[in-house]
Amino acid sequence: MHIVVALRLVPDLSGDIELTADGADLDREWLDLKLNEFDDHALEEALLLKEQSGAKVTAIAIAADGVDKTLQIALARGADAAFKIAADSDRGLPSRASAPLFAAALRELGADLFFTGVQTPEDLFGHLAPFVGAQLGWPSLNAVSKVRFDGADVLAQQEYSGGAAATFRVAAPVALGVQTASRPIRYVAGSQLRQFAATKIETRNVSANIRSALAERLALRRPSRAGSATMIEGDAESVAGQLRALLIERGLIKEIPA
Amino acid sequence: MTSVLTLIETNGGGVQSLTYELLTAARQIAEATGASVEALALGSTAANAAPTLGAADAVLTIAHPALETYVPEAYLVALEAAVAARNPLAVVLAYDTIGLDLASSLANRLDRPLLAYVTRMKVADGAIEAESLVYGGKLLAVSNAALPTIVVVAPGAFAESTATRTPPVTALPAPIGLDSLRMRLVGETVPDPNAVDIAQADKIVCVGRGVKDKDNIEAARELAATLGAELAGSRPIIDNGWLPKERQVGKSGRKVKPRLYLALGVSGAPEHLEGMSGAELIVAVNTDSEAPIFETAHIGATCDILNLIPALNKRLKSGGAA
Repeated sequence: MHIVVALRLVPDLSGDIELTADGADLDREWLDLKLNEFDDHALEEALLLKEQSGAKVTAIAIAADGVDKTLQIALARGADAAFKIAADSDRGLPSRASAPLFAAALRELGADLFFTGVQTPEDLFGHLAPFVGAQLGWPSLNAVSKVRFDGADVLAQQEYSGGAAATFRVAAPVALGVQTASRPIRYVAGSQLRQFAATKIETRNVSANIRSALAERLALRRPSRAGSATMIEGDAESVAGQLRALLIERGLIKEIPA
Repeated sequence: MTSVLTLIETNGGGVQSLTYELLTAARQIAEATGASVEALALGSTAANAAPTLGAADAVLTIAHPALETYVPEAYLVALEAAVAARNPLAVVLAYDTIGLDLASSLANRLDRPLLAYVTRMKVADGAIEAESLVYGGKLLAVSNAALPTIVVVAPGAFAESTATRTPPVTALPAPIGLDSLRMRLVGETVPDPNAVDIAQADKIVCVGRGVKDKDNIEAARELAATLGAELAGSRPIIDNGWLPKERQVGKSGRKVKPRLYLALGVSGAPEHLEGMSGAELIVAVNTDSEAPIFETAHIGATCDILNLIPALNKRLKSGGAA
């Protein structure tokens, strides 16, 4: 089995997010990017399958600033190969726009499985795994949490709300939108990272172009603060004291004499 | 007459409450365009739900052995057949696992636009202008797509429809593609009945990414014990293996409504808020003052939870002394 994993860089939401002056996009000039965490899980699940079954894992990404390091880390974690796909645009491509590039890469690689994260924080116009699956005529399963092989078949667990799950058997090829790997993301030692830090990541052209997302984002803005919390000010000690008083006042705890 | 099509989601024979939100969203589009609302029910018993689907003008059914349980590939084939038969102005689906499976695939196959995570919309001039929460709930996107389109609605954004009349039921033929599927259901997992059920908890302490390290979970566990609360986690905590799955709050975990929900280091992504926004008192602590959790919380603070957790625990145990 040849598993191809799509990795995408997305804004790091733990940092400040600034908008452009016209409010049409993120100000990407100073934006911190990181690997989409669901893609991280998709890569991990692919690597677990490699260890269990000898599958080949190829990590791919749309060529953009920062993806070389992401792909080098994928190699350090155990991916067999990695490359970038040349694209006319490298900034905030919607999944629908980039899907033809990934689909073409999969076709040219003769891949059996496509893994990527179930979603990114930017998927306003749809999600990558089902788009790629539909373009290749492959079935797609999303919110996947565990994958294993049974001969030529794939057994994939899909998660639902409330903690329920179902397992599906599907003959490869299939596109999977991974939510959670079977195990926590592996730790990679610094020595392993250094080993791949100088690895040149090849850029490949594929026989497809970016397509229109068919919908247009008009504006981005911060949600209204109408329902904002009443803030308790102060350091941790002060907040602890005020919270204790609040919980007593609301009858949520009983006052214990000092 | 043109129509707006939505999919009835069922669970163990009953209609999922989310379906009634989809019907409200579909009705909004229908009223603005002069269309009718058609609800697609899949499986041999799906038509039984018709008396509860009064917000629809008609219920369409497709029966086939492959549709007796949810199988993504089968549902997609059936939904595509219904769209081919009715050519709706819009298809309204939910932002849940089924919507994730079907919406983008359908949009690609039909070459129609898709608007995701929709919380509000305006329908005018042959197009939908939608508001969607993106970037973990930190930003609101306004987007536009021409009809016909696919609309994926965020859970909780639209009120549940309550109309009670019974709409007429029309059976559609089962598409031939259902006879040659590559995907089949081989097992279902339900939550362990012997595991803790945080949905029943009166008080919950929920830790998020801000707890930073597995070793810090223990202090949160002690605080929860002092409060008489259950300890829970947001998705990253469960994914890291720091707490078991049955303690996950949110879209892919449990939906909870405790009297007290103490969110520690939880950013408040829409998927998390979906699981806890009904709590009676939500207290959120996060060093990021822009964290979306503060939109939903009643009380907030921005101090470091790693300092707050032991400080609060100590005060609760000592009768207020620092």
